[in-house]
Amino acid sequence: MTGPRSWIFELALGARMSVAGGRSGILRLALIAIGVGLGVAVLLGAATVPAAMSASNVRTGARAIDNQAEVPRGDDTMLTAHLGSPYRGQSIDGELLQPEGSRPPLPPGVSRIPGPGEMVVSPALARLLAQPDAALLRERWDAEVIGTIGDEGLSGPAELFLYLGTNTLSPDTAVRIREFGPPGAVAEPETVPIFVLLTLVGMVVLLIPVMVFMASAVRFGDQARDRRLAALRLVGADAAMTRRIAAGETLTGAVLGLLIGALLWAGGIVLANRYGTGGLSFYLSDMRPVPLLVAVIVIVVPAVAVTVTLSAMRRVVVEPLGVTRMSVTIRRRLWWRLILPVIGVVLLWPLYQGIDESSSGYEIQVVVGMAFLLIGIALLLPWLVEATVRRLGGGSPAWELAVRRLQSDSGTAIRAVSGIAVSVAGVIAMQGIVTGVESLYDGDGDAGPVRYGTVVMPMTELPDRDWATALAATPGVREHRVMRIVQAGDQARLRIADCDVLQQLSPEIGACRDGDVFALGGATAGKRYALGEAGVAWTAPPATRVVTGTTDEPASGETLLVTPAAFAGAAVAPDSTSFYTALDGNDPDALERLRNTAARLDPQAYLYSYDRSSVRDALAGMRDALLAGTAALLVLIGASMVVNVVEQLRERRKVLAVLAAFGTRRRTLGASVLYQVAIPVLLGMALAVTVGTALASLLMVAVEAPVTVDWFGIGATSGIAALVVLGTTAAGLPVLWRLTAAGNLRSE
Amino acid sequence: MSVSFALLGLLEGGPRHGYDLKRSYDEAFGRDRALHYGQVYATMARLLKNGLVEVESEPGDGPDRKRYAITDAGITDMAAWLTQPEKPEPYLQSTLYTKVVLALMTGRDAAEVLDTQRSEHLRLMRELTRRKIDGDLADELICDHALFHLEADLRWLELTAARLDRLAEKVGR
Amino acid sequence: MTAPSSGTRPVLTAEDLHLGFGETRALQGASLSVYAGEVLALMGPSGSGKSTLLHCLAGILTPESGSVRYGDRDLARMSDTERSALRRGTFGFVFQFGQLVPELTCLENVALPLRLAGAARRDAHRRAADWLERLEVADVGGKRPGQASGGQGQRVAVARALVTEPTVIFADEPTGALDSLNGELVMKLFIAAAKETGAAVVLVTHEPRVAAYSDREAVVRDGRVRERELIR
Repeated sequence: MTGPRSWIFELALGARMSVAGGRSGILRLALIAIGVGLGVAVLLGAATVPAAMSASNVRTGARAIDNQAEVPRGDDTMLTAHLGSPYRGQSIDGELLQPEGSRPPLPPGVSRIPGPGEMVVSPALARLLAQPDAALLRERWDAEVIGTIGDEGLSGPAELFLYLGTNTLSPDTAVRIREFGPPGAVAEPETVPIFVLLTLVGMVVLLIPVMVFMASAVRFGDQARDRRLAALRLVGADAAMTRRIAAGETLTGAVLGLLIGALLWAGGIVLANRYGTGGLSFYLSDMRPVPLLVAVIVIVVPAVAVTVTLSAMRRVVVEPLGVTRMSVTIRRRLWWRLILPVIGVVLLWPLYQGIDESSSGYEIQVVVGMAFLLIGIALLLPWLVEATVRRLGGGSPAWELAVRRLQSDSGTAIRAVSGIAVSVAGVIAMQGIVTGVESLYDGDGDAGPVRYGTVVMPMTELPDRDWATALAATPGVREHRVMRIVQAGDQARLRIADCDVLQQLSPEIGACRDGDVFALGGATAGKRYALGEAGVAWTAPPATRVVTGTTDEPASGETLLVTPAAFAGAAVAPDSTSFYTALDGNDPDALERLRNTAARLDPQAYLYSYDRSSVRDALAGMRDALLAGTAALLVLIGASMVVNVVEQLRERRKVLAVLAAFGTRRRTLGASVLYQVAIPVLLGMALAVTVGTALASLLMVAVEAPVTVDWFGIGATSGIAALVVLGTTAAGLPVLWRLTAAGNLRSE
Repeated sequence: MSVSFALLGLLEGGPRHGYDLKRSYDEAFGRDRALHYGQVYATMARLLKNGLVEVESEPGDGPDRKRYAITDAGITDMAAWLTQPEKPEPYLQSTLYTKVVLALMTGRDAAEVLDTQRSEHLRLMRELTRRKIDGDLADELICDHALFHLEADLRWLELTAARLDRLAEKVGR
Repeated sequence: MTAPSSGTRPVLTAEDLHLGFGETRALQGASLSVYAGEVLALMGPSGSGKSTLLHCLAGILTPESGSVRYGDRDLARMSDTERSALRRGTFGFVFQFGQLVPELTCLENVALPLRLAGAARRDAHRRAADWLERLEVADVGGKRPGQASGGQGQRVAVARALVTEPTVIFADEPTGALDSLNGELVMKLFIAAAKETGAAVVLVTHEPRVAAYSDREAVVRDGRVRERELIR
């Protein structure tokens, strides 16, 4: 009787029944498959990203420049310098190469070192250069493209990278190397901690609802399934067989889900390969998910699906005469549901003191804390709904029908809603951080529009006049001012410029005359400083006024803002000079022309822009993506709620027909369906908004952003939730009408 | 036929005058048709002749004051009649009703009476069903007619069985 | 209790069954024997406990006290798995409605008990098709139960009960949801097929014309049984 063959038959029978259930059965199966598929896709993605990142890091590591090592000049050495020159919002990076002998090292992916006036570019950059409207970019380096960089020398297919040959580097301004990618070389600039945090939190926020959805998806239609199983018990299936048949049913969905997940993941990879930009572009060959993780996903997802099914069945006694649910008598208890969220709060609490970036474990702590808190919502919601519904009293007949129904069984309703609640809480938290970080980059609005929006910082020493002439000749540059920076030891510096420029560094300066001095970051009047390498003594005049700087440009250490007249006497050569330029706001190409001018005079020159719109754009993009993801998730959850409602209506067709028969108006029945959907959603949203806002506040405190309530996020998600409720109800109504149509009373 | 058993059954409670018998009969069974005195005396005469009842004369009274009592033979005959199912036929219920009430009155098992009758009905119905299955359409229609009538009887039996408690209460009063 | 006529032996014997649901006492000392190959009608007013008795006889419900013996084994002492195995191979069931699995075709429904018992697909389907043929519903084999009429569905259920050639078939109001013409047809085919395979049938019904298909009736009243003698 037992033995592998009958096992296979029983599993196959379950599979057979899961695909043969007519239209509603197919819909049920599709939802299970999509739910599991989404989870699998996200999991596969999570298994792929580290592999892709490390593949990409290996390549960027191989071309890294070790700027710490002391390398003596030789026949096999080369001078290099980093160049970074964005073009229309896309960052372009590269190295200047200047061989010092006959056997210079070759960068990975490059077959010949470009000489002066030559360059080797990445394929993506070559394509960009070839675009008809990229004339400004073609002018930038005035060099001939003699080849493209092979895949092994690039982080990804979309990377814009170049090696530019030159003969203007000197050991003072460049790094001497003997090889590319020596062990211990630091490859790329590190990512901003906030972005790491945001990414991790975002993943948690998306992953958990998907998991919740997955767990609830495999339970779609379990009441119909239990009835099926009861019929099987009658013809002699024993309890173990019944479980295997149920497992077979779930496995079908889970396996289909694995396939769908793999397809979604593959689609995602192709998209990432084609449209990925910057640091998120990978070769297809990079995106091999970690095999061990794939094996774990392939085994664990169906196993978890089956486990969820079987554990849900433990509360159900499937007998030949029908199904007994034991959950009705079990009142939900609060205490153990509080354990996870409390641990979450405890883990997150240190954030209240701000992020300690020096300790490396904080990301894990934050992510685990958030995960616990969000899972806690899914745990708390059933209790909340039950406790609330139990206290709800009578009202209109529609209200009464709905409340009584929820009192007798709120499980199905909650399972769908908890997914919504978790994702909404996550989104509100995320939106909160994004808003907070955004306001951080907005500089609280006290900076206002700056007059000199772009600063050119040359790395090579050239006469000021050359720059002045070139800047004046650049179309779109309205005016420019010089700022000289004189170091006063390691900790302090003097910034010498006209009042116009200084005023933009601190909003408190106000009235300013040539000869004034202002102090920032701990500098005070009367303090003595040793200037330059020579250590020329200079004292801040008694009239020096202490001001605070703008958040746009945080002062690093003691800074004295000095007008030229106040420094006239000091015979000190400036350590560096920068040019504050005002661009024509109506000329979109002005910035590109300025970059061209800078690149022509000094390819190493760095341009700093006060307009940090790129960061804002990135954040806004993140936020839009999150909102879109949530909307998609809510629609999916809405679909699962439709299934629940329809299934439940079908189950109660007799009662409904009787209600209709003795004259209950359809409006009343419709309203009761609406209430039934709306009550759990409303409670879920309330819990989600509360937890989400609290979480957002905490995270905002952590990143030292001003605490704001994200009314937009709350409004948007609540609106979508309301739409889901209405949509679910509307979708259930046709079934309700059909079931209550005359003539249904008789039929079984 | 059933009138004589009804009167016999009434005598099981104790000796009675002819007038009493008529009144008791009318009360218990004579809902539609009261019994004539003549019928009572004629029946009693027949029962007396068969030795199922005897007369207890009371001195100094007229012929109307004759008291009848049931004999042992009468009791045996009565019991046999009660346990003997009636031949299933339409419009049987008056006889069956008499039997049930008498069984209750005399403290016998009325349910047993009903079960016996049900069994007899079912026996005939089985026979008819068998004939129906083996026969042609004409047989089927004829048998069905009989079956539906018998079914009506049986339904009445079921209903009566379900109400025996209430009936016993009423009869016992 | 009257002794059965000679030459037959009881296949199922219930003795002094007691079972209650909350306040209601469904069975109060019910005893009954089912003899091989007989058709036994369980009659009695509604609420008398006849369905409960049927469920106890079939091992679907376990009585609080008393025993149900199949052969020399007590059903109450068996494990759920053993009872399931008994239901699978030795017993068959026909209920009023709802016993067919809506997701499977009629043919698959009939083949299901065989396949649960480990039969190969082809063999099971061949035997199932054979039974559908005998019950004159071969044409609905490929349809889902929902697409068949009530009478056809009931005959499919009968075919499923018979396909394992069980020793006892339990039928609870098998014609309860049918009109009299369809009911007659179902009963005629059902009983004929049962007689042919030699299966005993325990038939719960409140319809005398359905009970007339029986060989013997037992009346359930107040949780007790009055058995009539086996009539041959």
